[in-house]
Amino acid sequence: MNAEPTDAGRRDFLGKAAIVGATVVAPGIVLHAVAEAAPRSEAVSSKVRWGMLIDTTKCADGCRACVDACDQENGLNLQTRPEGEDAKKWDEQRAVWIRKVKVRDNLTGRVTGLPVMCQHCEHPPCVDVCPTGASFRRADGIVMVDRHICIGCRYCMMACPYKARSFIHEAVEDKLTLAPRGKGCVESCTLCVHRLDNGRTTTACQDACTKDGHAAIVFGDLKDPNSPVSKALAQVQSNQIRPELKLDTGVRYHGL
Amino acid sequence: MFGMVTRGLLTGLLAGALVALAGTAGADANWKQTTNSKATKLEQCVRPTGEIRRYHMDLLKHQRDVTVHQGVRKTPDALAGCIDCHVNKDPQGKSIPVNGDRQFCSSCHAFAAVHLDCFQCHSTVPTGR
Repeated sequence: MNAEPTDAGRRDFLGKAAIVGATVVAPGIVLHAVAEAAPRSEAVSSKVRWGMLIDTTKCADGCRACVDACDQENGLNLQTRPEGEDAKKWDEQRAVWIRKVKVRDNLTGRVTGLPVMCQHCEHPPCVDVCPTGASFRRADGIVMVDRHICIGCRYCMMACPYKARSFIHEAVEDKLTLAPRGKGCVESCTLCVHRLDNGRTTTACQDACTKDGHAAIVFGDLKDPNSPVSKALAQVQSNQIRPELKLDTGVRYHGL
Repeated sequence: MFGMVTRGLLTGLLAGALVALAGTAGADANWKQTTNSKATKLEQCVRPTGEIRRYHMDLLKHQRDVTVHQGVRKTPDALAGCIDCHVNKDPQGKSIPVNGDRQFCSSCHAFAAVHLDCFQCHSTVPTGR
């Protein structure tokens, strides 16, 4: 049951070893890792499935590092309360991609804190219900919203068992180049897709959690048996939230 | 009778073409002479100018699908690239939104009376990230 402490040194070594390995390959042979170091030029494939393991035993009470990092990374902190809008209502309505949730076992009284975001299901209900095809699952397992097609009906928000999606109610003044955002569309966690498409292999929440010394989030390719997330999943007990729905989530939790 | 109709049509078409030509020529002089964007120093856009003027919306529309659904970001046809190259700086070095009054996107779109919906969601200045 005990989670193996993540050996950061070993992971760093593996990371560096991969980079060195990529650079010393004979001419003409280009490793996948090298091709991904630059912006992506080929379509994503289902050979990869991005996913996460969140160790709730390491998730600190009161810590909001992942939430804040997500807000910064995806421009969520640029949202402003519309003039005259009630502060409480705004707090409930502003787009949030990660929620810190506390669950309590009524029988034992054990309290667990965990971040909940889009679980990037293999069979996402939000995609099933979307009338326009705006809610979609990318080949590499990331569930996203194509805002160009989204009509803002919010069926996906109703369908999502994880309350992962937000709706943008008002026109947005400031936005980042990498995170377009506008009135009338639904959005949710993209697993920092802009990072992945530009050759990086970490998410903002993971980086923040590691930087704060908790290292509760392990991210990577679920289909690669040598990825940090696959190795961690092979070693420790893990759960999906609402496994009975058989959605095969890409985000798994340890200690839940 | 038939000849007259044809001649009338031809004259109409010619006049239309002339107006269109004058319009694009006007747009050319307008933005190149009054801006300090990176694009002013370049010979040509990512494609021949005529092609870009006529088909940029199709290129962007195609690219948006390829980028959003397939993750392809290495492309000359991305809107972010257009903005990066065509954005002007004010005397303080601050980027002026491309959809601002008489800026690159809006000047032509105002002339052609075509709605510019990109910037309801997309950033109008390069944010660096």
